[in-house]
Amino acid sequence: MKDFAYQRAASSEAAIHAGNARGAKFLAGGTNLVDLMKYRVESPAALVDINHLDLTQITPDQDGVRIGAMVRNSDLANHALIRQSYPLLSQALLSGASPQLRNMASTGGNLLQRTRCYYFTDVSFPACNKREPGSGCAAVKGYNRIHAILGQTDKGSTSGETCIATHPSDMCVAMAALDAKVEVEGAKGKRTISFADFHKLPGSTPWIETALHPGELIVGVTLPAAKYAKNSYYLKARDRNSYAFALISVAAGLELEGGNIKSAGLALGGVALKPWRMPEAEHVLVGKPATPENFARAADILLKDAKTYEHNAFKVEMARRGVVRALTLATQGAPEGANA
Amino acid sequence: MMQAAEKAPKPVKQLDHRYEGISKVTGKIKYAGEFSEPFAKSDLLYAYLVQSTIPSGDIVSIDRAAADNSAGVVTILTPFNAPKLSQAPPQPPARRNLSLLQDTSVSYNGQPIAVVVARSLDEAKSAAALLKVKYAPKPAKIGLKNRLAEARWPKDPGKEPAGNHRGDAQAGFSKATVIIENTYITPIQHHNPMEPHGTIAWWDGPKLNVYDSTQYITGVRQSLAKTLNIPVDFVHVVDPVVGGGFGSKGSMWSHVPLCAMAARITGKPVKLILEREQMFGPVGGRPSTVNKIKLGASADGKLLAMQQDVVMNASVMEDFVEHAEGPTKNLYMSSANSVSAKIVEANLGVSTFMRAPGEAPGTAVLEIAMDELAEKLNMDPVQLRLVNYAETDPSHDRPWTSKNLKDCYQQAADRFGWSKRNATPRSMSDGNAWIGYGMATATYPANRSAAMAIVRLLPGGRMFVGSGTQDLGTGTYTIMAQQAAAGLGIDPTLVEVKLGDSTLPKAPVSGGSQSSASVLPAIQDATSQLKLKLADLAIADAASPLHGLKTLDIDAKDGKLFNRNNPTQSDTLTDLIARNGNKPVEATGSAEPAESKDAMSSQSWGAVFAEVAVDKDTHMVKVRRIVATYDIGTLLNQKTGHNQLMGGIVWGISFALHEEAHIDSVYGRVVNESLAEYHVPVNADIGTIDVSTLNIPDLKFNPIGSRGIGEIGITGTAAAVANAIYNATGKRIREYPITPDKIMLA
Repeated sequence: MKDFAYQRAASSEAAIHAGNARGAKFLAGGTNLVDLMKYRVESPAALVDINHLDLTQITPDQDGVRIGAMVRNSDLANHALIRQSYPLLSQALLSGASPQLRNMASTGGNLLQRTRCYYFTDVSFPACNKREPGSGCAAVKGYNRIHAILGQTDKGSTSGETCIATHPSDMCVAMAALDAKVEVEGAKGKRTISFADFHKLPGSTPWIETALHPGELIVGVTLPAAKYAKNSYYLKARDRNSYAFALISVAAGLELEGGNIKSAGLALGGVALKPWRMPEAEHVLVGKPATPENFARAADILLKDAKTYEHNAFKVEMARRGVVRALTLATQGAPEGANA
Repeated sequence: MMQAAEKAPKPVKQLDHRYEGISKVTGKIKYAGEFSEPFAKSDLLYAYLVQSTIPSGDIVSIDRAAADNSAGVVTILTPFNAPKLSQAPPQPPARRNLSLLQDTSVSYNGQPIAVVVARSLDEAKSAAALLKVKYAPKPAKIGLKNRLAEARWPKDPGKEPAGNHRGDAQAGFSKATVIIENTYITPIQHHNPMEPHGTIAWWDGPKLNVYDSTQYITGVRQSLAKTLNIPVDFVHVVDPVVGGGFGSKGSMWSHVPLCAMAARITGKPVKLILEREQMFGPVGGRPSTVNKIKLGASADGKLLAMQQDVVMNASVMEDFVEHAEGPTKNLYMSSANSVSAKIVEANLGVSTFMRAPGEAPGTAVLEIAMDELAEKLNMDPVQLRLVNYAETDPSHDRPWTSKNLKDCYQQAADRFGWSKRNATPRSMSDGNAWIGYGMATATYPANRSAAMAIVRLLPGGRMFVGSGTQDLGTGTYTIMAQQAAAGLGIDPTLVEVKLGDSTLPKAPVSGGSQSSASVLPAIQDATSQLKLKLADLAIADAASPLHGLKTLDIDAKDGKLFNRNNPTQSDTLTDLIARNGNKPVEATGSAEPAESKDAMSSQSWGAVFAEVAVDKDTHMVKVRRIVATYDIGTLLNQKTGHNQLMGGIVWGISFALHEEAHIDSVYGRVVNESLAEYHVPVNADIGTIDVSTLNIPDLKFNPIGSRGIGEIGITGTAAAVANAIYNATGKRIREYPITPDKIMLA
């Protein structure tokens, strides 16, 4: 690990000021950043510790809820209001990582998790456009079982634009389906970013991962009024029953009226560099009966542009089945969260 | 084939708790990397191993200017300045080919190419990142499945021949009514013990001292002496506890002599601990095996011929043969068999023994084939095994010292409820999951080597026992205390145990499931000698109630020596030693396999039954239950024994569902070199495990009747799980690990 400066921010204003310095990074739970520093993937000049900021509240507001950026994943998953009104989020959180990691990991930090692409996390591989812009992508011709099938940029292994990484978060998949918004604060003031706009697909700049401006601090996440409290399910397919990233995951929320669907929130995880959500896939369900056939149509829309690689062709079929299963389970109610 | 009951020795009194348990859980006992004495702690330097980032080629230059100037750096060893060693590797008994900076060649991605020594670990790592290594790459040999045509016979197959025939297999196949022929694949695996490999080395003039995490202190001592060209007597190796080894610490690897070299150059104690990601290459792994298996049987299930041709990867640095064909030679009585084991060279780190070498992948593949044969014969899988039960060892045509495998099948099947199984796939389900039952046979050879031990009677009637063996977390301390106590008839809590120090009498490598079977007979011999000495002491002592008796009239029990002819005539050990001025009385003992050992075969056995649930959509597998019964001779300690068998079963589940090192096809580097990405089971993956043992002593194998149990637990389990997945889903997966995608796509 390279030497770095450390300072504990006394207020959001102080944090934002310090975070503006060249090479500075905010330190929240540290469950991802510190690992990457040890692996020399990240080498910030300074860490601005925001663990003591007053960003730990979960507050009901006029129609929804506001979650402070420093609310720990465990606290969020087990909060009475979240369990009751947003069980999809609770379930997604509890399916991620391990209890120890969830006790440390923060809401804001989870949004900023970096990809688990092997070629990104191991600096011994010379090609990764995220780590070294312009160096190429070793994953395209490498071992790409955990990689993207949607929204990736593939112009060949030597192109400076290619990136087929995935976003590893479970929490974000649920937040995408729930229409969350991200509140940020920077030197120029506060702004709110819709969830769909927060994470960036690789496009031609794989190293730009979010809509955050340099030095901006995530201060909270807001969820709109709960529509899916009664009917939702987070399904996660993975290589073991806990402490494994999703091969594919599905966040499914349904608002039912009679036997018909009034509205739906549907997002895929493990398939792209951001939670994969398509308005058409949700619109096709509206006004329709909650049947496997209709769910399959939504899945087909979500997956229509899928492009697979040597080791991840299975993801299309797994995601398709996952969507149908998650929506089917959502029609049956809402579990309070899987044990993980 | 029960052993004659009258021959069985009295059961040894077991310790209820692990001897070193409290000192372990309280952090009092030290692992090799934790020592900070006898040297001055402030003198300790930290070394960091630098590894290659290409799979094949030469190092042209290493620009070290920035690293040399980095804070805290004391020295940097590279191929361009490292001291030349007079003898080239590999050195027995380690056998593994090492990378000791003697030349500039690179044979795999991750090979040690430099050592940075600094005042702190962080400083060493920071400086290592500043080294600029320039390579001249060469084409690399990567992959196995795509290169099977390059297979060749190994130069040195190890103990077993690489090819073997018994009877006429082709004739057998031509007579067979039912034939199964398929290819089964096992992956590259890495041991990943909890405690990483690590060494602390310091020199005392010409003498070298090391704390080293190892399964073989005597081996490290000899290998270091030969590698560094110093007398064996000048090397002292200490390792009181090992946090697991699983074979990866059975040989000395490069970091050990590199640490000693760094200590010699700096004149200071040096510590070199491997990081987790450094354990995927430089300290061995289990090779991937591609197994073509053909089984031919008559309509009544009798095996007429078995054939298994194995091709595996081996490092370009050294041939290592994983004898996955072993079980095909001796697990069933077929009329004929034919096996071969060939290798394909690859630019990878050197392979080595990994828990149940040979039998782990061997049973994993053969026992799926047997399940397929049973299905084709429309026969119960247990019945197929009974029909082909080997009453004698088919591979050597000689009797077993003891075999009660039929009882294992029966007992485990009953405990499991096998009779409720429906052989038709997809006939059982629970919610959205298919339920399946599967079974397989477990087996591992019983090994034994020469060993020595020392015992002492101490003041207060306490005892000391020592042997230069190791405790890998397996319970060696515990069973040594029990055996020593039994020798004088005292309570095992009164025994002090010492092991893991090369000044103690020699014992073999803690590998091949042989430590207990080798060391305990030596302790038994030592306590017999001690009892004779104590008897003579009492006889010569005018103050002893036993004064003047004959040696053979005296026995020991309950902390006393007594007259066999008049048990009330006795002398307590406490009194006896007190009258001896409280001077300890010492005896040494040794034991080795009898010369007649080649007349019989010794092997352990077991039957493993598994129940799985497979989700119909995600295809995730949950192993709900494992029931296993083992025939391992005498069970020495209930707690540590079951612990080892259960741990082996968890390894078997890992083999079935999780473990695989993925090699990048361009860079030849393991991509998932962390425990986040190299999957082993977590608690949520393990259901109930019901382990039992027959506990029938094998007294023709050794005088304590016990065969080792370190490895058998992993064998059979993987196939039992695979067969249960087939019974659940109707999908036959022949490539491990059986991940959700493979089941879904099958």
